[in-house]
Amino acid sequence: MDQILTRPGRAADSLRHVRDDFPILSEKVHGKDLVFLDSAASAQKPRQVIDCMAETMRTQYANIHRGLYWMSERTTEAYEGVRDQVAKFLGANAREEIVFTRNSTEAINLVAHSYGSMLRPGQAVVVSEMEHHANLVPWQMLRDRTGIELRVTPVTDDGALDMDALARTLSDGRVGLVAITHMSNVLGTITDARAIADMAHAAGAKVLFDGSQLAVHRRVDVSALDADFYVVTGHKLYGPTGIGVLWARRELLEAMPPFLGGGDMISTVSFERSTWAHVPHKFEAGTPAIIETIGLGAALAYIESIGFDAIGAHEDALTAYALEMLGQVQGLKVIGTAPQRGGVISFTMADVHPHDIATLLDRNGIAVRAGHHCAEPLMRRMGVSATARASFGIYTTPEEIATLAATLEQIRGFFV
Amino acid sequence: MAQDDLYRSVVLERAKSPRHAGDLPDAPLHGQGGNPLCGDRVKLHAMVDTQGRIATLRHETRGCAICAASADLMAERVTGQGRAQVSRLQAELVAAVETGIAPEGLGELSVFAPLHQHRSRIRCAMLPWSALTEMLNDEKDR
Repeated sequence: MDQILTRPGRAADSLRHVRDDFPILSEKVHGKDLVFLDSAASAQKPRQVIDCMAETMRTQYANIHRGLYWMSERTTEAYEGVRDQVAKFLGANAREEIVFTRNSTEAINLVAHSYGSMLRPGQAVVVSEMEHHANLVPWQMLRDRTGIELRVTPVTDDGALDMDALARTLSDGRVGLVAITHMSNVLGTITDARAIADMAHAAGAKVLFDGSQLAVHRRVDVSALDADFYVVTGHKLYGPTGIGVLWARRELLEAMPPFLGGGDMISTVSFERSTWAHVPHKFEAGTPAIIETIGLGAALAYIESIGFDAIGAHEDALTAYALEMLGQVQGLKVIGTAPQRGGVISFTMADVHPHDIATLLDRNGIAVRAGHHCAEPLMRRMGVSATARASFGIYTTPEEIATLAATLEQIRGFFV
Repeated sequence: MAQDDLYRSVVLERAKSPRHAGDLPDAPLHGQGGNPLCGDRVKLHAMVDTQGRIATLRHETRGCAICAASADLMAERVTGQGRAQVSRLQAELVAAVETGIAPEGLGELSVFAPLHQHRSRIRCAMLPWSALTEMLNDEKDR
């Protein structure tokens, strides 16, 4: 690519200062500067998160909710403070609507298990063709366990949700729950969650959104979306692994049976029977991921300090630039071209296998994902067996995109 | 990007223009292997001589360049070899990709030694070999 006519929009460069917060970005890989383009799989961690977690362990750690001593009380306050933070972050009406889980996958499994047990044979759950396995397999397991019906609603050829088809899927009034991604981890498509919620409610169904990708890039407001369930995961939000969130309407959580049994989720226990704690604790059995939860709090504070206006502008400009730059690489085909999209770009390149692309990029210090991205049925739907995927975070720069495009052009040259 | 020491010309050439690809409809031995993580798939067809040595081996590979080149170089290398020799070669190749150091006598198969820096790709190179071993073991058990 001798002539690069494309110039990134100014906003694409507007968050350069945050790179100093991410120690890992100064690491070398195979002797090259790290170009990390796999934030959709898991984001890197800022110093603010790393230091907060280390400081918690160094100075104030103890188990929560049960210690009658200062350290425990302080740690409980920090842990429960994050619940308030998350409630605000997601636009929830009440802190009791925030349930901490291990990740999005566990949050969806919780809903499939608990809310799923309230569905009756003859009722259906609807997922879309572009779901991550995490929002497909738990519903298959529910179907096999209880005899509900599982329906898959299609995407269009460009990777948008087919809203007319969704309307048809809902039309018989037997759907109990619609569970759909808010942003595809493969196609980058952002779905119209409010419209989906309105359609689901009009058909008498509840709606769950998998916000694992979207919540990183856009402000989520579960009240404005009129959602019933919303799940996010901490490690994509620049926080630690091992901590995720289920938000659900309070009345739903109160009606649902518990998921896991054990300590912390009970009110009284005898050998004959137990009674459950109030929400959200009914769904938080055992010692939770205390340090990780506090780390998530630091991550959310960090994100809020940058602000979603700045994050959205940066990523939109970066994505537009990347689509143009990658479009100039011969033989490169972007999989997923819906108009509403975020900074996750899947592609194939002529006959070069995505795994070869990924390894050759890695040898140049560039980290991308390659494979089926935990969305095998979607790969088949889009007519590919695998793709390579570049995804962006707040620390991604236009130079990194340009390096990716130039290196892809060289790789293609290898295989001609 | 300079000539890459993993994607050397032999790997790219064999992936693009394999010398031992195809079907052997009359072959008595058939084997296959797949990698569900990436969708790579190898089918093997072999003729064996009276001493149990591989007389002809053909492969049908759908996958990445590493897997396709490995299948083709394997087919070349194991022709004329018996089960014990195949298993020794496989062990040497495993040692090479695990350590990055190719044992003497590995020959062209040593192009895969740099995979020790790309551990997730080792299975791509080893898939044809595990399919071959399975095929030969099935033959033994018959």
